[in-house]
Amino acid sequence: MALITRGFRGRSSPADGRIPPGQTQVHDWPVLSAGATPRISTDEFRFTVRSDDDTEYSWDWDELHALGVEEFTIDIHCVTHWSKLGMRWSGVPLDAIFASVDTRQNFTMAQSYGGYTTNVALSDLLDGKGWIAFEADGIPLSPEHGGPARLLIPHLYFWKSAKWIRGLTMMPTDRPGFWEERGYHLHGDPWSEERYS
Amino acid sequence: MTSGATWHIATVATVRPLTPNASLITLGVPTWPGNDGGQHIDVRLTAEGGYQATRSYSLASVGNSTRLELAVDRVPDGEVSPYLVDDLRPDDQLEIQGPLGGWFVWKPSSDLRPVQLIAGGSGVVPCIGMLRAHSAAQSTTPMRLLYGLRTPEDLFFADELKTLGSANPAAISLVFSRLTPEHWPDPPGRLSRDSLAAHTIGPEQRPRLFVCGSTGFVETVLSWLTELGHGSTDIRAERFGGI
Repeated sequence: MALITRGFRGRSSPADGRIPPGQTQVHDWPVLSAGATPRISTDEFRFTVRSDDDTEYSWDWDELHALGVEEFTIDIHCVTHWSKLGMRWSGVPLDAIFASVDTRQNFTMAQSYGGYTTNVALSDLLDGKGWIAFEADGIPLSPEHGGPARLLIPHLYFWKSAKWIRGLTMMPTDRPGFWEERGYHLHGDPWSEERYS
Repeated sequence: MTSGATWHIATVATVRPLTPNASLITLGVPTWPGNDGGQHIDVRLTAEGGYQATRSYSLASVGNSTRLELAVDRVPDGEVSPYLVDDLRPDDQLEIQGPLGGWFVWKPSSDLRPVQLIAGGSGVVPCIGMLRAHSAAQSTTPMRLLYGLRTPEDLFFADELKTLGSANPAAISLVFSRLTPEHWPDPPGRLSRDSLAAHTIGPEQRPRLFVCGSTGFVETVLSWLTELGHGSTDIRAERFGGI
């Protein structure tokens, strides 16, 4: 039972229904990260999946694009209470990456240049749910927004969409990443407000 | 005192102007478990009819007190901050969740590495929390604040910063971009890499750095700190979102 705040009217949005509880629509694109911004050139970029028995599958910038870049339109939801609707993105689906990965493990730790980590279940990455993204709204991702490439998992809070992605390490069980060790939820579904643990 | 997802009912004790654009709000929260310097809360407002809006605010208060202090800047065209700054009254009740945040946090410890706080505008609020935690613990860890702001009238917690500055003149540095107080030694000017270097602990002392402000302020300061030779793992940042 919510407490009514005397005199507060707020603004309901015509986009209600696409905005999860506790979120507000924004039209700009706020930047949030925990420290300094790494600057990674596409020449030095590699994306590596470390699978069972430390088997490594690795792609450079061109090899990753050659897996097939998709364009799609999605909404994103940040745990700091903003949502941005109808963004056009391009990236390679994780399905295309995992087509050549042999693993029996169900969890991943996403790893970024700069040291950031976040845990994601494999089931939240596959079946069209996750991408390695290169562009948003027609523009290559700037370093502040995670460029040259970031993980993109729009059905989870945006801290799961790790900026400056460099790889995924398969794990037999779920373990917390950077923010998850600091009080954030292990899963992060915005529709059930899985913000904090 | 770690992050917690608990909701609390807060009763407004006082609302008073801090600057022409900001109010200091004190909340009584009998169930509050205490918080560390730098932590924040989520504030949830509910309109008649059930519409809700939630925003995060840093706490200036620290320790075990059940009286919380927030300093809220009125965001032009904002949905929540104009209500909090202009309409909130004593005895109003709000729902809050917290304490939140386990990264942009300073706790007293035996760590002797100095601490440099760098704040832009209302980004000073979590830094005030860290300074208060430092004073309350009588910590011997050196701690300094560089606070960038537009004009003297935008200064948050003026008396408290003045007291800290007179006890230890090196502890508090103010940099005014548009207008300075009378007889101020430096002309007004935007923070530069050189003035940042002049007013902060140098990389040779390996300080831990906390940077808080708007995205533009934080991005600029972080790139200068890296150029000045500070290690990226020594820097923690908190950026204000766009709402």
